[in-house]
Amino acid sequence: MQYSKKVMDHFMNPRNVGQVENPSGVGEVGNPTCGDIMHIEIQVKDDKIEDIKFRTFGCAAAIATSSMVTEMVKGKTLEEAEKITNRTVAEALDGLPPIKMHCSNLAADALHEAIKSYRQNGVTSTSVAKGCCQDEADSPCEKGMEIKLPE
Amino acid sequence: MRSVYIDHSATTPVDPLVFEAMKPYYTEIFGNSSSVHSQGQKAHRALEESREKVAALIGAKTNEIIFTSGGTEADNQAIITYMHNNRTKGNHIITSAIEHHAVLHTCEFLAKQGFELTVLPVNSYGEVEPDTLREAIRPGATALVSIMHANNEIGTIEPIKELAAIAHEAGAIFHTDAVQTVGKIPVNVAELGVDLLSASAHKLYGPKGIGCLYAKKGVRIGSFMHGGGHERNLRAGTVNVPGVVGFAKAAELAQQRLCSQEAPLADLAKRLTDGIFAAIPNTRLTGHPERRLPGSVSVCFDYVEGESILLMLDNYGIMASSGSACTSGSLDPSHVLLAIGLPHETAHGSLRLTMGKDNTQEDVDYILEVLPPIIKNLRAMSPLGR
Repeated sequence: MQYSKKVMDHFMNPRNVGQVENPSGVGEVGNPTCGDIMHIEIQVKDDKIEDIKFRTFGCAAAIATSSMVTEMVKGKTLEEAEKITNRTVAEALDGLPPIKMHCSNLAADALHEAIKSYRQNGVTSTSVAKGCCQDEADSPCEKGMEIKLPE
Repeated sequence: MRSVYIDHSATTPVDPLVFEAMKPYYTEIFGNSSSVHSQGQKAHRALEESREKVAALIGAKTNEIIFTSGGTEADNQAIITYMHNNRTKGNHIITSAIEHHAVLHTCEFLAKQGFELTVLPVNSYGEVEPDTLREAIRPGATALVSIMHANNEIGTIEPIKELAAIAHEAGAIFHTDAVQTVGKIPVNVAELGVDLLSASAHKLYGPKGIGCLYAKKGVRIGSFMHGGGHERNLRAGTVNVPGVVGFAKAAELAQQRLCSQEAPLADLAKRLTDGIFAAIPNTRLTGHPERRLPGSVSVCFDYVEGESILLMLDNYGIMASSGSACTSGSLDPSHVLLAIGLPHETAHGSLRLTMGKDNTQEDVDYILEVLPPIIKNLRAMSPLGR
């Protein structure tokens, strides 16, 4: 399995790692059983993402996509940020190995959860990984299986 | 940058002496060992001399060795052809939950064809407890028991002698996948009491693409590859003579090294294990603390993921492996780590470091310098464990 140079760069030198002080929104997707959790915190001012930080448990693809999504939306309006998808994040990284497209490519989902949580007055929005813990690596997203996060 | 290869359970480099021994069999003595002319005779002689050396390493007779393309083929041939050829002995196969997929998937393949299969659980060290086998075995029905000699991921050595005796009492024959032990620890088929044994050359500084199946005289296995009378009608296909010669040379060298290499490897492993535990909290050893392959260190780090550890280590020239989902090619972590009772999230953080004859104390110290900050950094990035 070969990662692109951009993936390796974002993995070895991840941008925006950590936590935002008094975040306006927090989102998390994935679960530890699957081996991927992405946690994103945002600071919103005048409808713009002024600051964004992530923490991720997972493989290189999980860390690189998290890092990339934070770089892509920092300073952008919420509307612009909402247009970003897991696919555009993967494209910005010059692609991901096929098996990683679904299992470790959830950073945009985490971002959308954080925005959702901001819109709901800063309540942590925890959602569910759509593409995890499935046997078929190629089409798990369609199933949209709900996985409850441990309390 | 320093380069430390510490993944010898995956494969080993070909020993230069082995390579030298093989070379003439590609160019000067290139004959087909089945040919009648002098080129063929020379190749044939090399084949039979090699068979003696490989047989000697495991205490077998020369006519009990069948050369195959490797451990996987040997496992397939042993299990599939024995079950098909011995229908009257029974329809039931027993194996364990921590086998290599070459055994596990082969047994599952037979189960789909209508054979009965029992997959034995293991204890938290990854050992098949003799009583577990005793309870599962059914005299008259169980034809074959297949338990690996040592596990490739966690290094645990199985109580083969005891397990084989239980199989024999119940009238079953015993196969062991000894790919991880042959050449690393003393392996003697008579002492272990096994009827079938698989081995592979590339784990003991031999070439890839060559292995063997030991089949005790009188154990009726059959041909798995069809199309010729090679290997006493048990393995069709032009014999890989250079590979066989390399396997034999590797076996010869392994035998010379056996006594002298075990203790230094165990010392290095201890130094590495102790160093890891001293520097990195929330770590656990997987596999048996003592009854394990010399030089094998397998651990799990909480809150981090294995592939990330491997790529970070590789960035510092350290080449190791992991049983995390991302490295297994599936979405689940290693079946071995789950079978010893680890939760998924712990199994994702596995790291396997397997030392070989050329690893040094400096290698260990370098790993101990590089690994702890990597785990610390990845943990700082992880939302788990706080």
